[in-house]
Amino acid sequence: MNGMARKFTFMDVIKYLILILWACTTILPLLWVLNNSFKESNEILLNPMKLPSKLSFFNYSQLISYGNMNIFRGFLNSLIISGSVVLLVLLFGGFAAYVIARFDFKLTGIVKIFFTGAMLVPAFSIVIPSLVILRKLGLNGSYLALILPQTAGLLPFATLTLAGFMRTLPVELEEAAIIDGAGVLRIFFTIIVPLSIPGLVTTAIFVFLWSYNDLFMSLIFIPVREKQPICVLLSLVSSVYGTNYGAMMAALIITVLPVLILYVFLQEYVIKGMTAGAVKG
Amino acid sequence: MQVLKNKKYAILLLLPALILVGIFIYYPLFATFYYSFFDWRDFSNYKTFVGLDNYVQMIQDYAVRKALINTLIMMVCVIVFQVGIALILALIVDSIKSGYKFFRTVFFFPVVISGTAIGLMFYLAYAYDYGLLNAIITAFGGQKKVWVTENSALTMVLIPVIWQYVGFYFVIFLAALSKVPHDIYESALIDGITGIKKAVYITIPLIWDVIAVCISLAIVGTFKVFDIVYVITGGGPMDASQVLGTYLYKVAFTGQNQGYASAIGVLIIILGIILSTISNKLTERETITY
Repeated sequence: MNGMARKFTFMDVIKYLILILWACTTILPLLWVLNNSFKESNEILLNPMKLPSKLSFFNYSQLISYGNMNIFRGFLNSLIISGSVVLLVLLFGGFAAYVIARFDFKLTGIVKIFFTGAMLVPAFSIVIPSLVILRKLGLNGSYLALILPQTAGLLPFATLTLAGFMRTLPVELEEAAIIDGAGVLRIFFTIIVPLSIPGLVTTAIFVFLWSYNDLFMSLIFIPVREKQPICVLLSLVSSVYGTNYGAMMAALIITVLPVLILYVFLQEYVIKGMTAGAVKG
Repeated sequence: MQVLKNKKYAILLLLPALILVGIFIYYPLFATFYYSFFDWRDFSNYKTFVGLDNYVQMIQDYAVRKALINTLIMMVCVIVFQVGIALILALIVDSIKSGYKFFRTVFFFPVVISGTAIGLMFYLAYAYDYGLLNAIITAFGGQKKVWVTENSALTMVLIPVIWQYVGFYFVIFLAALSKVPHDIYESALIDGITGIKKAVYITIPLIWDVIAVCISLAIVGTFKVFDIVYVITGGGPMDASQVLGTYLYKVAFTGQNQGYASAIGVLIIILGIILSTISNKLTERETITY
């Protein structure tokens, strides 16, 4: 930002114009969908740009049961799946991160390479064998069939990020605790976890958003309609609802709105989490 | 500093993560290579060893070629437009007096929304009868048109793919720009260097390491494109907008040919490794310290 105070120049007008134009591309499509989600389909066809003549919740109400697909159930499934993934990733990733941050030994070097390598593997390329394993384990059709691969996919990123965070924590508290005879788990839960809360929150939000938004794995690992997360149902919406545009718009709003609300309230954490891997220091 | 002296505990703490990553990433990685040498369909219990047949088929497959070319085109467009637009927007926001927080919030919206939702949103915008684009056109007295055709499909999926992550790189650039010390700009101002000249000759070279990181992220990110293409066109019409991810999905789950899909998986792995090695080399140069 320019420290010097100047007048509002012609250049400034152009600058704001460009910025507002881009802001329009990110806001208007959402408003358009929101607006049309309150109209009945024939009104959308008639006047897709106008405000609804009366606020209709018909589109939302028909999403409860239509073509064997309940989008609200999908939302609940997403919360179950993504919630579990967040807990497992934080717990196991936290454990591993603690070892990497505090344990100086050849092993930690190898573990770091193990996780860094895992991050390079694209999800597409490994779904077929993963599906075979899940079937062998008898998990096919259960929530775990998605929870476990997603957890594995997110652990490397979470572990390395949390390890970087934990390394910056002062070690004196842990040393004092050891002298007092505390065990490793006790140290982890009573000292490390409370001190790491900012790092854990950032990681949790990234993991949640990634899991909630993931379509590819969800599509493949959960074939049972009643257990599918909202993303999968949303991708099926156009084939199930045919030309029922109102229903599609309402489904979009139900999927997107919770995420946007989460984002607006936890902005700093969301941005930190989403960009954590990108910029170091 | 060694707090954990007991190796036994260290291994116990590492074990859950190692087991999960081992079972669901490393084992499937090797299994994919293994399966790629077999004729294997419908997830049946019988696989026939066919050597390199799947790879030979891949070389002759028009859709694979199309998917590869599309991925490469996407890569170039993403670098030029996604990273480019993000940089321009960040330079502008960095130079304005107020509204910084508002633009940062709003530009990041598409990043947190799922590709599926964005795909459906654009699918609805492109639609013929009630789509946003045709609605705008008819509002100005124009004729409705069909937006997604064989010729236009790639462009129509490229637009949301590029648009979605502009906010991501924008935020990274904004952070980098805020770290550039003011005295550099002040001495530039004394020399009469302002505006676009300042951006090109001073700011961009100063944050070049961050730009390089963004370019390499964009390259690797192109390989992960799936949701948007899957929802808008499914790779069609006639493979016109096919990318590697959508084609692998089609072969494995619509075509039920897991052996051949595994070979495509291997291709994706190898390309991914090559490209991330190249981009790591690109970003390895020393970071500038002030």
